[in-house]
Amino acid sequence: MPQIAQLADTYSSQIFWLLVFFGIVFFVVGRGMVPKVMDTVSQRDSQIAADLAAAEAARAQADEEEEAWRKRENENRAAAQALIAKAKAEAAAASEKKLGAAQKRLDTKLAKAEAEIAEARTSALAEVEDVAAEAARDIVQRLAGASVTAASAKKAVKEALNHG
Amino acid sequence: MYQFTIEPMFGSQNWELAGYNIAFTNSALWMLITTVVLGVFVWGGTKRQLVPGRWQMAVETFTGFVDNMLEANVGKAGRKYVPYVFSLFMFILFANLLGLLPLGVVGLHPFTFTSHFTITGVLAAISFSIVLIVGFWKHGFHFFSLFVPHGTPLPMIPAIFLIELVSFAVRPFSLALRLFVAMMAGHVLLEVLSSFVIDGTNAGVGFAALVGLPSFLLMIGICALEILVAGIQAYVFALLTSLYINDAENLH
Repeated sequence: MPQIAQLADTYSSQIFWLLVFFGIVFFVVGRGMVPKVMDTVSQRDSQIAADLAAAEAARAQADEEEEAWRKRENENRAAAQALIAKAKAEAAAASEKKLGAAQKRLDTKLAKAEAEIAEARTSALAEVEDVAAEAARDIVQRLAGASVTAASAKKAVKEALNHG
Repeated sequence: MYQFTIEPMFGSQNWELAGYNIAFTNSALWMLITTVVLGVFVWGGTKRQLVPGRWQMAVETFTGFVDNMLEANVGKAGRKYVPYVFSLFMFILFANLLGLLPLGVVGLHPFTFTSHFTITGVLAAISFSIVLIVGFWKHGFHFFSLFVPHGTPLPMIPAIFLIELVSFAVRPFSLALRLFVAMMAGHVLLEVLSSFVIDGTNAGVGFAALVGLPSFLLMIGICALEILVAGIQAYVFALLTSLYINDAENLH
């Protein structure tokens, strides 16, 4: 085994060169380059974290703006609906007024017409009575040969008419 | 066993520093290659693009992996150990993987320096020293309470203390031996199987069909397993280091 057989001859050179080259590796690579590499990694990590935080903040702001917009929108809608309701109420009141006036006019017209009808009816009835009394006198004169006074004929007709 | 032999290269066998031989060996060459490849790999991930390319993504995966491991095992305080554990993990991983490269096909001999306990021992000693330094720095002599688990009955404390102390002291050895043994065993197994393939094929058609072919098929599977082991052993080394650092950082 050369590791043991050559130990006495080579240990000093082995240790010396190992210390030289491992020293170079430690100071140049380990102390010189590795921190740079790790620094780059941590820089990248922090950059990513910052970007994520910025995106998160932007999203929060967008949410906030949307909320504000929604609130404003709701207010506008409520205002519009109030306006519509008001206009509707006004229109309803106006039309009611108009309808009322028209009704009143119609009612007076109707009352007038009814009065006229009633008047016409009474005059017609009086006329019928007169005609019936005349006819009754005439019939009595022809059948019984007795003359009846106009007043009594009229009374008799009225009675007959009232009895139906 | 030849693949584990250390040979000085470029006529450097007599280089000395303070009386110690520091020959630039094939082992040192593969440490250099590992260092360069690892450096280039990680350098490709330092482009600092906000949207990473594939290469940067790969490097960031590794740093993130080590970072998560320390975060999970040590907590927030584990962050400052990322450079060390990352260096350790990647250095071992690249050494293991580069040592597995089939460069023998083109006549080069890859050398897996993690299959030498001199190397794994030094790495384990560094990890263990960090644990000791951090432990005594942060907690002073209170660090010894690590060896007395919560709720130990008073008469048991001396025995438990000894047992815990031994298990603590064994850590660097287990750390070093685990990696060295795993890498060495894998390479020896591959070598034995490949010698079966080559010798069996040379011995004639019958042996080739009976020994060479099954060995070759087995080798394909073992190669895949070795790649897995290369990753797992690097991971285990780094994971145990972070667990030990957790002991030092947080005691119990």
